[in-house]
Amino acid sequence: MPVLARVIEAAGIPTVTVTMMPVLAEKYRTSRILGVEFPFGHSFGVVKDAGMQTRTLTAALGLLVSASRPETRLDVDEKWPGDVKEAYKNWQPSEPSPIVAHNLDAIRRARRDAANRDA
Amino acid sequence: MTVDSYAFLPRAFRPMYETAPQFDHDPAWTPFDKPLAEAKIALLTSAGMFLSGSQEPFDVARERLEPTWGDPSLRVIPNEVTQAQLDATHLHINTADLLADMNVALPIARLNELAESGVIGAASYEHYSVMGFQQEGAEVWRTEVGPEIAARCHMADIDALILAPA
Repeated sequence: MPVLARVIEAAGIPTVTVTMMPVLAEKYRTSRILGVEFPFGHSFGVVKDAGMQTRTLTAALGLLVSASRPETRLDVDEKWPGDVKEAYKNWQPSEPSPIVAHNLDAIRRARRDAANRDA
Repeated sequence: MTVDSYAFLPRAFRPMYETAPQFDHDPAWTPFDKPLAEAKIALLTSAGMFLSGSQEPFDVARERLEPTWGDPSLRVIPNEVTQAQLDATHLHINTADLLADMNVALPIARLNELAESGVIGAASYEHYSVMGFQQEGAEVWRTEVGPEIAARCHMADIDALILAPA
């Protein structure tokens, strides 16, 4: 998605990216970043919670207006309202995605290397 | 509060993202210089949503055979879409909540409410949907899909686009 934001912004359309991973958006030097600490697939909030969805969308529009330079990041000050452990489980697909299954060894190796670095 | 980018990420994936390189390109930037109450806004989701019956689903069969490939094509979603008209294909997220309430990822109803209350000038007559997993397909996004969305935005006199990676 950062590549789309970049291409569209460069073509003259201002963009705001609402993301669960603002750190990654920063690495891509995204123009306007609204960070949300919500489960993947739920950028604007909880099912049928119009208030939460409106607050998130309004925050994105606020960032659109207030950002005066590229790489502006704003984090939404709202925790996921439900059981976070359940939400962590529920956003994930019922089976590993093809790329995860394909890269399982590499993922395990990276995790092991990180653990060794931290030791 | 500072958002924890890894709060909902499976722990096994974290090192891969933490070690992802910092891009050294200059950031793209287009100033937004119109009063919000006069602006026409569109939405873009990467949740793999499409119009059931009238649009092709994203090609997840090929993705199962070629795990580094993701369908990079674009679906255009009309502003008048109803929940019953929407479906979603995505192998990286559970789509059940999207199919119960599209507004969690593509908040068209909320955008229209903000237009009705005068917070924004108007919701665009169309919004955009892609399928978020891309490795090889990212080049198609850069050279074809991104420019196509930008051209459609200009054609529709859209003043800003809100993107929501799924």
